[in-house]
Amino acid sequence: MEKEKNKRPIFFFIGRNDEPIFSKKNRKLLSDPLDDNNPITVQVLGICSALAITVQLKPAIVMTMSVIFVMAASNVIISVLRNLIPNRIRIIVFLVVISSLVALVDQFLKAYAYDVSKELSIFIGLIVTNCIVMGRLEAFALGNGVWKSFLDGIGNAIGYGVILILVAFFRELLGSGNLMGYQVIPDFVYEMGYENNGLMLLSPMALITVGLIIWIQRSRNTNLIEEN
Amino acid sequence: MLEDYLNLFVKSIFIENMVFAYFLGMCSYLAISKTLKNGVGMGFAVIFVLTITVPLNYLIFEYLLSDGALKWIGPEYAQLDLSFLSLIMFIAVIASMVQLVEMIVEKFSPALYGSLGIFLPLIAVNCAILGGSLFMQIKDFSGISEAAVYGFGSGVGWFLAIVAIAAIREKIAYSNVPAPLRGLGITFIITGLMALGFMSFMGIKL
Repeated sequence: MEKEKNKRPIFFFIGRNDEPIFSKKNRKLLSDPLDDNNPITVQVLGICSALAITVQLKPAIVMTMSVIFVMAASNVIISVLRNLIPNRIRIIVFLVVISSLVALVDQFLKAYAYDVSKELSIFIGLIVTNCIVMGRLEAFALGNGVWKSFLDGIGNAIGYGVILILVAFFRELLGSGNLMGYQVIPDFVYEMGYENNGLMLLSPMALITVGLIIWIQRSRNTNLIEEN
Repeated sequence: MLEDYLNLFVKSIFIENMVFAYFLGMCSYLAISKTLKNGVGMGFAVIFVLTITVPLNYLIFEYLLSDGALKWIGPEYAQLDLSFLSLIMFIAVIASMVQLVEMIVEKFSPALYGSLGIFLPLIAVNCAILGGSLFMQIKDFSGISEAAVYGFGSGVGWFLAIVAIAAIREKIAYSNVPAPLRGLGITFIITGLMALGFMSFMGIKL
């Protein structure tokens, strides 16, 4: 029986359990966090860094890409090691893995995109304590296979990024009339008396925008409504 | 001299409030503010840990990691710049300090452990703690006492924020909030309004 098992072709980690790579279940891992199980609006993870960097679209996109990389890589690493990590020290193992990945991203941004890295200041470093990474490691990667954890990491990071980019889009559009640093509201609109809403650039509006997104999402998707 | 410390203290509580100005520690802020009692417990735990870890990380950064900090070992180490390690060092210090504090509190004050105990493990992943240390690195303080004052002040600011929101959430349970906004949504909006209020402190020049 044992030999039978070993004979099965194993390509590193994919296809170990006779499941197609993009089976229905696996696709659900990718699509679920986009709406029904969004890390920010439903799981309440990773809000800390989500709000402060959404004044403009560009830092938000850079942040999203960094989080996608860190989450996918850390989920894979922890999932590979999941049977070797002693339960008592797992948090410290998580922190070491995440912080080395984040240090990598930090150095990379400093080398190739210095002005963005300056803009994000400490918030790249704060991906380490971004609860979304830690939360998914604890809740998913520790108990699931490598391929699934990879998909879960990507899915959750994209779910996080969608909200981030949405908030940044509205804040930059309404607050400074630009998108990605280019002016999109034409001049004649300003001549007719339109003014940018400076309030959108201030930090409280990030919170209120997320509140409104939650409101819209939950009125569409009524099973997410909380008791109180 | 004392004036400087007082300025830094007031600034770190109100003007650069961890929650309202930088959104740090939002996860635990939203998760643990359902009742006032838990909010107070978590707030004290944050004050405690920030006051210890910020000065500790200051020492580590100043004497081990920053540019040319290793001069005290010998002149040949003067060009070393280990600041790229600061992230890993800070988080290691915070995680181990939290474990240590937990053990010490458990041993010497079981009553305090009873009220703070469950919150201490959560602190390792509270961004306010790491944020305090990272801001310390950026702000370039001139001495350890300044770093300690900054750590304590930021902790007090975080404490104020969580106590305020917990008290409001206890009351709002009796109000008729639109169903899709209940829970998380309304908390976000209230926090936004509170942050708007806290912005008025920005006008204070210290």
